[in-house]
Amino acid sequence: MEKSQIWVFMEQRGGVLHEAGLELLGKARELAEVSDSTVAAVLLGAAVAPLAGRIIHHGADLVLVAEHPALEPYRLLPYTDVLARACREHRPAVLLLGATRMGVELAPRLAARLKTGLSAHCIDLKWDANGNLLHLVPGWGGGVVATIRCPEHRPQMATVMPGVMQKTESAGRPGRVVTLTVGEDLDVSGPKVQEIYREGHQTRTLETAEVVVAGGWGMGGPEGWKLLEELAAWLGGAVGATRPPVDAGWALDEQMIGQSGKTIRPRLYIGVGISGMSHHVVGMDGSELVVAINSDPKAPIFEVADIGIVGDFREILPPLLEELRRRLGEKPE
Amino acid sequence: MEKIVVCLKPVPDPRAWDRLAMDPVTKTLIREGIPSVINPLDKQALEAALEIKDACGAEVVLLAMAPVSTQPVLREALAMGADRAVLLSDHWFAGSDTLATSRILAAAIERLAPFDLICCGNFTLDGSTAQVPSQVAELLGIPNIMHVGAMEFQPAKPLLVTQKIEHGLVKLEAETPVLLSFTKEANKPRYSSFLEILAAESREIAVWTNADLHLGAGLIGLGGSPTQMADLLIRRKTRQGLRIEGSPEEIARQLADRISQLGIL
Repeated sequence: MEKSQIWVFMEQRGGVLHEAGLELLGKARELAEVSDSTVAAVLLGAAVAPLAGRIIHHGADLVLVAEHPALEPYRLLPYTDVLARACREHRPAVLLLGATRMGVELAPRLAARLKTGLSAHCIDLKWDANGNLLHLVPGWGGGVVATIRCPEHRPQMATVMPGVMQKTESAGRPGRVVTLTVGEDLDVSGPKVQEIYREGHQTRTLETAEVVVAGGWGMGGPEGWKLLEELAAWLGGAVGATRPPVDAGWALDEQMIGQSGKTIRPRLYIGVGISGMSHHVVGMDGSELVVAINSDPKAPIFEVADIGIVGDFREILPPLLEELRRRLGEKPE
Repeated sequence: MEKIVVCLKPVPDPRAWDRLAMDPVTKTLIREGIPSVINPLDKQALEAALEIKDACGAEVVLLAMAPVSTQPVLREALAMGADRAVLLSDHWFAGSDTLATSRILAAAIERLAPFDLICCGNFTLDGSTAQVPSQVAELLGIPNIMHVGAMEFQPAKPLLVTQKIEHGLVKLEAETPVLLSFTKEANKPRYSSFLEILAAESREIAVWTNADLHLGAGLIGLGGSPTQMADLLIRRKTRQGLRIEGSPEEIARQLADRISQLGIL
């Protein structure tokens, strides 16, 4: 009998792979080892085959490549068409996608076409005793975790929050590239892309930073925010935010951590002026060490913190910056 | 543009979520005593529809699948300026996952056809799956765009839609019919006047059951849902819960020591 296949959708925009896909390969590898399955990455675009080497390096046994001019840039209906046909032909047991802007739009449409189940924004995946995949899904702002399964339909589909799974690497591992044929009858309907604007890449993105300094409404304004940025710079970290500072314009949309923002798992998280609503906590509670600084001793953030400091950040942060300056000497860039 | 359907979801008021409890036997959430509100992003969807109505006089129809007790939430949306509301309510619908829910919504929208535009919120506060918009569009066989940050409407022209992506934007041109799901940035929902709120009190809300939609039992509810819930737990995480106290300088020294122990400094 042929081995069952775990598929991972490899998101790319402009030839750049999204980290979420590479992270999912790590999880797929782990699921495959205990179930004797094959890990196949699915890659769509116009000329994307050169990316296959990196995908194999991160854990794929097979890279299924569909190339066609209408698959660049990403458009929902052509992508759905190619993936649905490939699933019907190859019958993967599992299909995983990153819960990115693209994945969140594409996965449900594909699941509806395949009449299969899809779980959203999973935080973990594991097998049950019957070989069905268990999807751990946060709800209600992360205060509740549901275990979802899809026993009677295939593929078992899930989107997974970027930053939750960990990449694996193995130099020189074998892997094969298989071409998925794209027919003349590819569905090219749907909205037309007029323009794509990309902002410059941030030097240190939240998802990969070892240290994240995050601020909430309690920062009071842009002046307080500068202290956070200075602290992050000394610690070589990134600055994150809860929703209110983003709404107030002190922080950018992509700095938001939590249910409707990013999931992070840094080695050190320092939350300043953050009350600790579950919307935010769901995005940061994978952090190794959680430090909370808040003037309200009853703030819920202290319940999810390893180290709590009750006090006004205006009094706490300047001596901390001074202490770091004393220990580290040189001012950071 | 003649008819716009706005999908609304009454959700438990997030300000009362700390009262959320779980029945340890049935593993279902006890929602009693938690009031419902319009899912916040659905107001952006409604505002987008109302702006088109203001420009060209399209009819705006509200559609919600929810218990009959949530009618006040629909009246609030009627007061903002929608023309009529349809509430889908039937015990056969209970337990539907996103695909089964989408089948119910799509069947109701087909009953409202012809339509030009369907507006949804990008995600709901409670389940937050963000799966229903794409699934409804797929079942209706029309295109859809998620993460809509802006929409420009001009009569007899394709819609110009700005989609938010990571570190950027995509500008799209969409012919109707199309389904759009809106983000917070898309617009500022209008307030209703006291008179509008008062007038909405007496407006009729149509209630449709599965007798109106004729969906087979294998397509809806628990039995029609490909996903099943195997377990549910209210999450508590164990952390060290230590406090550092003292003068700010003392706190700074101790915290820097702890950070050093992680090997970061």
